[in-house]
Amino acid sequence: MNRYPLWKNLLVVIALVFGFLYTIPNFFGEAPAVQVTSVKATIKVDNALMSAVESALQTARIQPTALSLNETSVRVRLSDTETQLKAKDVIEKTLNPDHENASYSVALNLVSNSPSWLASIHALPMYLGLDLRGGVHFLLQVDMKGALSKRLDSVSADLRSLLREKSIRHSGIERDKQGIIINFRDIAVRESAKRVLADSQPDLMLTDGQSGEDLQLIARLKPDAEKQIQDYALKQNIVTLHNRINELGVAEPVIQQQGADRVVVQLPGVQDTAKAKDILGRTATLEVRMVDDEASSNAGIMEQAARGQPPVGTEYYVERGGRPLLVKKQVVLTGERLTDAQPGFDGETQGAAVHLTLDAAGSRIFRDVTRESIGKRMAILLIEKGKGEVVTAPVIRSEISGGRVQISGSMTTSEAADVALLLRAGSLAAPMEIIEERTIGPSLGAENISKGFHSTLWGFTAIAVFMMAYYLIFGVVSVIALSANLLFLVALLSLLQATLTLPGIAAIALALGMAIDSNVLINERIREELRNGSSPQAAIMAGYDRAWATIVDSNVTTLIAGIALLVFGSGAVRGFAVVHCLGILTSIFSSVVVSRAIVNLIYGHRRKLDSLSIGQVWRPAVPAAGNQKAKKTLAK
Amino acid sequence: MEFFRIKKDIPFMRHALVFNVISLVTFLLAVFFLVTRGLNFSIEFTGGTLMEVSYKEAPALDGLRHQLEADGFTDTQVQNFGSSRDVLIRVPPGKGGTQEVSLSKVGEQVMASLLKVGAGGTASTVANANQPTLKRVEFVGPQVGKELASDGALALLSVVLGIVAYLALRFEWRFAVSAIIANLHDVVIILGFFALFQWEFSLPVLAAVLAVLGYSVNESVVVFDRVRETFKKSRSMTTPQVLDHAITSTISRTVITHGSTQLMVTSMLIFGGTALHYFALALTIGILFGIYSSVLVASPLVMWLGVSREQFIQPKVEKQEAVV
Repeated sequence: MNRYPLWKNLLVVIALVFGFLYTIPNFFGEAPAVQVTSVKATIKVDNALMSAVESALQTARIQPTALSLNETSVRVRLSDTETQLKAKDVIEKTLNPDHENASYSVALNLVSNSPSWLASIHALPMYLGLDLRGGVHFLLQVDMKGALSKRLDSVSADLRSLLREKSIRHSGIERDKQGIIINFRDIAVRESAKRVLADSQPDLMLTDGQSGEDLQLIARLKPDAEKQIQDYALKQNIVTLHNRINELGVAEPVIQQQGADRVVVQLPGVQDTAKAKDILGRTATLEVRMVDDEASSNAGIMEQAARGQPPVGTEYYVERGGRPLLVKKQVVLTGERLTDAQPGFDGETQGAAVHLTLDAAGSRIFRDVTRESIGKRMAILLIEKGKGEVVTAPVIRSEISGGRVQISGSMTTSEAADVALLLRAGSLAAPMEIIEERTIGPSLGAENISKGFHSTLWGFTAIAVFMMAYYLIFGVVSVIALSANLLFLVALLSLLQATLTLPGIAAIALALGMAIDSNVLINERIREELRNGSSPQAAIMAGYDRAWATIVDSNVTTLIAGIALLVFGSGAVRGFAVVHCLGILTSIFSSVVVSRAIVNLIYGHRRKLDSLSIGQVWRPAVPAAGNQKAKKTLAK
Repeated sequence: MEFFRIKKDIPFMRHALVFNVISLVTFLLAVFFLVTRGLNFSIEFTGGTLMEVSYKEAPALDGLRHQLEADGFTDTQVQNFGSSRDVLIRVPPGKGGTQEVSLSKVGEQVMASLLKVGAGGTASTVANANQPTLKRVEFVGPQVGKELASDGALALLSVVLGIVAYLALRFEWRFAVSAIIANLHDVVIILGFFALFQWEFSLPVLAAVLAVLGYSVNESVVVFDRVRETFKKSRSMTTPQVLDHAITSTISRTVITHGSTQLMVTSMLIFGGTALHYFALALTIGILFGIYSSVLVASPLVMWLGVSREQFIQPKVEKQEAVV
């Protein structure tokens, strides 16, 4: 008798219910929504925020269809895109009265329409990849050499002030590619400098050296320190990217580390790639340096400098507004000392300005430098992608204490806002370069979904029609098993929240096309058993048993290919591989267990079974040896 | 319905040599095309910029080409993609247009260039309103491309080793070797087609090739399973007879299974649009040659391998060994 024990039937039923539950969220579609997230770590997203949003909408007479709160965001679901835009404006105005100092990021988003009880059992729709929903994908490479060089720059500035503080006389600090070289006149001073440095700069490896007359102390970064700096640089860059993207107002951005020195950024729904790229790719940092006034006023030197031969220790720049000047290479202050930057207006000239606030150490350095250099000019440089630009070079009129600095030069209000944003969002610890970019328009995304869907639908239909025509009832069973396979696969993908891409949809289609193999194997085996004279019940039993070994064998080889793709694949291939592997696993279960359960249900309880509806079983005129009872079991 | 009404085992092995010669010729042709024409790698592997723009009316491609050339984008491919209104532009790596800019800015520059044409520029006769809209941009840096290529090769290698190891464990080394030779010959033939017609070889195509490799090894597995079973059952049959019997009794399943998979792939070819076109094409070639090679190449190979080893020993011993 072909009967499943109760637990096996239950297993099938439970699996189907589970598959159904986790698949249905995909059919509810999405509604326009507004998503509010906190930009600042100190501001929490809580019930108070939710009620603030609610009351703001009420006063504007906007009726949200749903309002929900999760750990990081408040989401307002709205009936259509028009009210969505209205609601966004209202919420933006209420929560961020001061636009320049926004505490919340208010973004347009789409949320699933599925009922909340489904979400509470973590039944969510599949997570669509960028190629299906549109958006931008960036792969950024962090320039680790740049990170190290930047660190050495700031260390050398520290050494300078440290040696001055301890009144250790040196005859110059230089930077070479891997380290810092400090020149001394006598050994005793060098030894004392060594002691001071060893105490205060544990990251440095100090070696003695000599160059001509000069005694040298060569400082290099220790390997441990280098690694730490690189790790930190990557983390810092990710944090900075987060901040910048928050300012862009993107719902559900993905910012992830990939490998040792790469960052993936995905911005679903963003269309203005130029703006996004500009904000992400910009590695603006601030540097404050002194202007070499004497040289800058010497026409002869300037002429030479303009031809690319500036005096030693200086660099040639053209200020915004066109005046050329020579800036000392020595950095007084970098953007790391910056705690805040806001766009605003210059009190006197009414021109656009950026107001900077420095941290304690920065304030102290700035005070000291300004006190010592009254009457001299100070250049404020914005360094982007290794190229500096002198934003302004004002004359220092008095000592500036308190750490409040204003940059005003020839800039427009929007430029001031951009500069402030870049400085505020934190400088990148190391320069980054975009090494891969993908932009997919929303229409293309929708097109891809419909193409993938139609391929699968019509392929499935064609297979179903053929199977039912060829194997009759067994064909129907196979098609039900195949549908169950699709159900399980979609449910698993939804449950795992794996990213579904177009190659992923193709993999679903292919998984279905390949999964039918197991059922064909079983059905052919049953026919063969019937042909060789087995009774219908015995044929079912033997067919499933014998086909099982072959099914496992053949799926293992396919799985090997899938796993290799999963391990070595990236991007599009990975999306394919995930679905491919899952599809193989679900197909084994559905084509063997589920289909057997249905067959058992149809035929298992019949004691007198004369024939199976599995299509025509043709027998050769001269039957093979050993089938005495074959004549009885003729199928339709 | 029953398609296959085979009275006797078909003597496939009698024509084994013919099949092997056909395979060898196709294989050599494929290698020839691969060597002479090479694969048309997509920008994922080569690096560069790819853009898909859509116009309201079909633009004059020559006009676009001239404008791009005037702006310093030489070696740029401009072609229709899907419809006459959609245009695909490929900029090879290392071409930064007229001025030195970061490579990732190429997309924006090309767009600016295209807008000049759309705005009623020199070469184009289309109306001002026919502005291009950007559907897709892909930029891949050269270092990424190299990694993808080496990862792809590694994936292929591990699939091959994995399958050989599994088959050697499950059956016997002769089966493993012949199955993998037969199926690698498929892979080379697929690649040969891509080289001959200069179809674009992209990451999804690579995925398709590997998937089809795993899939057609299935086919050999099914036949070998039968071979093993038949060896166990009847000791009186000779090796070629056993192979003939195994192939004949599984041929119905082979054709139906591959037919079903092909139904799905055909549906992808028809409805999947340009994005899935080459993916489905690679699968189609893979499936068609997969049937042929796993049955009519792998089986003779097993025979040759077995025979050559058993020339000095009794043939019966060989059979028993294969059973184990």
